[in-house]
Amino acid sequence: MSAISRDTHYGQQAEQLDETLPGHLPQWLLERRRAAARRFVETGFPDPRDEEWKYTNVRPLTTKAFAAAERRDALDAATIAGHAPAGLEPIRLVFEDGHLRPDLSQLDPLPEGVQIHGLNDALREHPDFLQPHVDAVSHERFSPFPTLNTAFMTDGVLIHLARGVTLERPLQLLLYGNDDSEALWCHPRILIVAEEQAAATVLEHYVDAEGARGFTNVVTEIVAQAGARLQHYLLQEHSDTAYHVGNVFVRQHRDSVVTSHNVNMGGRLVRHDLNVDLIEPGAEIHLNGLFLVGGRQHADTHTRVHHSVPHTRSHEEYRGIAQGHGRGVFKGRVLIEEGAQKTDAEQHSANLLLSDKAEIDAKPELEIYADDVKAAHGATVGQLDAEALYYLTSRGIPRETARAMLVHAFAEQVLERMSLEPVREAMRDRLSRRLPGTIEGSIGY
Amino acid sequence: MLKIENLKADIDGKEILKGIDLEVKPGEVHAIMGPNGSGKSTLCQVLGGRDGYEITEGSVTYQQQNLLEMDPEIRAREGLLLGFQYPVEIPGVKNIYLLKEAYNARRKHLGEPEADTFQFLTMVREKMQMMQMDESFLHRAVNSGFSGGEKKRNEILQMLVLEPRLALLDETDSGLDIDALKIVSEGVNHLRSEDRAIVLVTHYQRLLSHIEPDYVHVLTGGRIVKSGDKTLAEELERDGYQAIIEEAA
Repeated sequence: MSAISRDTHYGQQAEQLDETLPGHLPQWLLERRRAAARRFVETGFPDPRDEEWKYTNVRPLTTKAFAAAERRDALDAATIAGHAPAGLEPIRLVFEDGHLRPDLSQLDPLPEGVQIHGLNDALREHPDFLQPHVDAVSHERFSPFPTLNTAFMTDGVLIHLARGVTLERPLQLLLYGNDDSEALWCHPRILIVAEEQAAATVLEHYVDAEGARGFTNVVTEIVAQAGARLQHYLLQEHSDTAYHVGNVFVRQHRDSVVTSHNVNMGGRLVRHDLNVDLIEPGAEIHLNGLFLVGGRQHADTHTRVHHSVPHTRSHEEYRGIAQGHGRGVFKGRVLIEEGAQKTDAEQHSANLLLSDKAEIDAKPELEIYADDVKAAHGATVGQLDAEALYYLTSRGIPRETARAMLVHAFAEQVLERMSLEPVREAMRDRLSRRLPGTIEGSIGY
Repeated sequence: MLKIENLKADIDGKEILKGIDLEVKPGEVHAIMGPNGSGKSTLCQVLGGRDGYEITEGSVTYQQQNLLEMDPEIRAREGLLLGFQYPVEIPGVKNIYLLKEAYNARRKHLGEPEADTFQFLTMVREKMQMMQMDESFLHRAVNSGFSGGEKKRNEILQMLVLEPRLALLDETDSGLDIDALKIVSEGVNHLRSEDRAIVLVTHYQRLLSHIEPDYVHVLTGGRIVKSGDKTLAEELERDGYQAIIEEAA
């Protein structure tokens, strides 16, 4: 990383930060943003010399002059309906180019004890309630992008579940990007706080207008207090020309269970960092992920699970598929600290190359300092099973269809872990549309 | 229906088939018998269209077409189906899914509309009863975790659903206990008809006591050394391959 000079676009953006801040920001956030802008200018964007950024060059981001989008209000209900998984019937918050669209959102009625506020609304109306949750879990140890988000935070949401409350209906956060001739960025901040024994399912869902070229740099902070149960779906279906950096931070207390489903099918350059801290006994995380890259797409996922106390559990199942000139990266780090006895950590990364030009790097990284633990990991990169292909074609099935069937079967190992059937079905459908060869109907599942 | 003339094939530069001649007409059941390593499976795979074999000489004509120029999926859609000696396990692909895709691929090839899902399922269930397979097989992954007998029954189920013109069964009897052998044989006998041919490739005579062949051929060293009627199979069972091979030489 190297410092950003003042005369560059990003240097100026940081310099002019105060002018762009909305008037109602409380003092604590003002100061935090200014400090973040200064730190960002000092460190700059990561480059491939940084170990954590070895496979992903963010140069396409640094050479464009991204700036915040004006409020446009071009999005309509019909477009949203086209992006909603059929049959899901969620409660929903809609963001357009990073700005909340209350008119397109449907929240009520919420059960007692559930609070869902747009971030800017919360800043205006409940700043003291919001304050402890912003930057409560996020950090800049592995990436400067969370800092960039703090400096330029556009809008977002605070989801607060009081003790013992269950939000039955899934909450869909639909973040939509317009096609635009200018380079637009947005920095959403998503805060999910579940108090003791609370439960909810939250979908972070990114979609774009065809040809959108925006840059989304999101920070998601998730806190699961004792016994809380959270399901977090991160569905990234940007246009193939968009940029996305997702920074997810999870902190889990005693006996909490968090399940993360991370599906990446869109975007030109995509990077995800999922950082999980299991800080009390009984905490359990499930990380499921699937990416598909084709054309010139690049998707990089880093997961980091930190077991710091005894009796915690992590289970990871990540799968990647690359076709065309697609490039995928999976790096999974599991850190088991001294004293974190009886840790149960399992990680699998399976990857499928569908063309000679595609590339996937899969790198598990286990660091274990405790002696009484169960830890297993495996990473594979391979091609479609030639025997299985021959068998299917020997039954008359067209070769392209046979390939698609096998790719679906491969992906299904991750998708079947999702408890929301409409989301599973929507993801299968997206996968079909991105593969050559058609599969008709859904009788197979 | 099928005419093989002087067929020679190599694998990795080694000649396995050294000049096979065989003619199969509609309605006939042929049994090709031979010891291990005689070229039985290679013959099946060459006819099925598997990669990795080099045809060095000869021809295979199937319904007036050059079979060797057809891709495996076209052969199947033209009605040539190969029952595998070792059916492939495909985790994540459900049996019903394979059947439906294969069935519709064939129909499309014949210019027929896609099957109605309900009628298709009713038909498949009927055939499954015949093979004594319960409903759960539909939703299990193809051959995944199936016992040897279940895999072979599944091969015959596919035949019953896809109704080939020429069914080529590679060691379908291997790995079967007596009950499974009976079920599989009944399935194959059900396939017998005037316009359909069946070629059974087997090591043992026991399958042939359930499915009576019209012709029996002895394949050894990559050649058919003797042909006859069903009594040839009995002769083989009594005297062993060696005697027949020596006699032919």
